[in-house]
Amino acid sequence: MQPARTLGGRNTWERVRRNWGLYLLMLPAVVIFICFTYLPMYGVIIAFKDFRPAQGIWGSKWAGLKYFERYFNSYMFTNTIVNTLVISLYTMAVTFPLPILLALMCNQMYAKRFKKVFQVSTYLPHFISTVVMCGMIIMFLSPSSGVIPKIMAVFGVKTGDLMGNAGAFAGIYVWTEVWQHLGWDSIMYIAALSAIDPQLYEAAEVDGASKWQKIRTIDITMLVPTMVTLFILRCGSLLGVGFEKVYLLQNDLNISKSEIISTYLYKMGLKSNQYSYSAAIGLFNNVVNFVILILVNQISRTIGDTSLF
Amino acid sequence: MSVTAMKKTARHIGRRIKKSRADRIFDAVIYTVAGIMTLLTLYPMYFIVIASISDPNMVAQGNVLLYPRGFSMDGYNHLFSMSNLWRGYGNTILYSLAGTLIMLAVNIPVAYALSRKDMAGRGFFTFFFIFPMFFGGGLIPTFIILNNTFNMVDTFLVMVLPFSVISYYIVVSRTFFQTSLPAELWDAAQIDGCGNLRYFFRVVLPLSKAILAVIALWAAVGHWNSYFNAMIYLRTPERYPLQLVMRNILINNEMAASAMTGSAAADINRKANLIKYGAIVVSSLPIMTMYPFVQKYFNQGVMIGALKG
Repeated sequence: MQPARTLGGRNTWERVRRNWGLYLLMLPAVVIFICFTYLPMYGVIIAFKDFRPAQGIWGSKWAGLKYFERYFNSYMFTNTIVNTLVISLYTMAVTFPLPILLALMCNQMYAKRFKKVFQVSTYLPHFISTVVMCGMIIMFLSPSSGVIPKIMAVFGVKTGDLMGNAGAFAGIYVWTEVWQHLGWDSIMYIAALSAIDPQLYEAAEVDGASKWQKIRTIDITMLVPTMVTLFILRCGSLLGVGFEKVYLLQNDLNISKSEIISTYLYKMGLKSNQYSYSAAIGLFNNVVNFVILILVNQISRTIGDTSLF
Repeated sequence: MSVTAMKKTARHIGRRIKKSRADRIFDAVIYTVAGIMTLLTLYPMYFIVIASISDPNMVAQGNVLLYPRGFSMDGYNHLFSMSNLWRGYGNTILYSLAGTLIMLAVNIPVAYALSRKDMAGRGFFTFFFIFPMFFGGGLIPTFIILNNTFNMVDTFLVMVLPFSVISYYIVVSRTFFQTSLPAELWDAAQIDGCGNLRYFFRVVLPLSKAILAVIALWAAVGHWNSYFNAMIYLRTPERYPLQLVMRNILINNEMAASAMTGSAAADINRKANLIKYGAIVVSSLPIMTMYPFVQKYFNQGVMIGALKG
């Protein structure tokens, strides 16, 4: 047997033949992806058709941009876009910087055992399921039996029915998100901080830098690439606020502020069987997300040197 | 004493001597904030536990805040008689086991193949597997393909197969293979006449227990906690996983649904809350108790993912 690198190489077919085992390893995933991920991408053309299940995806009649126009002209268009953007921008403004602060703070703790307890307990809520999380939120906030109104009453604050208060929806969504994922989201930054060469700190100490100065000049600088990468990814899902949690927290009283694109799409598509209309909303949403991702990535590549691709 | 230990001690003494007033205040602030955050994170989970074993009236009046009162196991007693909950439990264990095995079987081989720089078409396949992270057909086209083309709605298979290829798992494990398997190993194996498949199963897998553990844990937790796919693709209540049963109990208030009025209804509602607290404990227990022991694998995984491949 000869070592691989001296064998053939110029001929692509020869290279494929030599590594046939690798393609075999990929085969199951390729088949699954084609059937259940790429086929639906083709199926998205029903957004431009009057889809009838009996006629199939290809057989249904073309409808042009009818369903897009219907969405753009409906009063739900502004409503869902505004609600989605409010929740998503609010989430980003809070849950993007906080894990960075937490990681910086964690990096300053020298009491090993305390730090360990702190980390394990702040990671823990990440593993609570969305259903249980929403159940907890609803029970804790209940005006008649919830623990939060009871505690607030001790401090003389009247909360009222928070889940029935449409204006409070975004806040509840975002701050419970912080409670659940703050610790977990900080892991990546903590990893980046632990990779910093200790000599940098020693040099700074020799120069008489205070803790605060070291954080500003060393820690934050070293976190920038991680921050940019995560920021670009976040931007790519600006219109993609998670369906699961919002849907479970919705009720008749807060629906005016909690109906987002994905929940509306679900109700139109699977509850009222308006497949083409719903597919059009979904396609619009995905295209906007994709364009934002490419734009932000491009901008980041131009002004900084970090980019996803 | 090793050099690093000496350095550590030296740094420690140095810090003790040089600690300025500002630095001491800084430390005090950090430990106080961290302490408060730990309590705020743990308290809601602690409250669920004490509320689940207290007298529901005491809980409703806000008398149960720090420790259980009017000890009662009524909630748990009732839970044990709820056959749908236990059936859900069984279903979830089944879906989690099968789903995790399938995920390992399809994603890990792909990740390994993509980590091999000498594979022809590596760029194409990488794009093929990563592109769906940023763009997809959306809910409705996916539903139509699964329902009309594959007839998979309301089957066991739909819970474990169609969504088993996860781009993120592939990216993370690919990075792991790239950074932990030296290229010389494959060269040497080849000289000994070892083919790709044998090399993957006999050499790569045994050397990759860490990443297998990470992906298995992520996949298992993901399956355990998900309700969305079940809600969309399952019809028969006998097939419902735990989280969907939990949704009916916690969010749709199945317990309190028997519409009665007056004090009887209030009583039932209080008992319903007790059952809810208990159900949360029972459904979250496996993950919460397992987590501290496998914590390091989760962290490792995130850190591997943080390295850019």
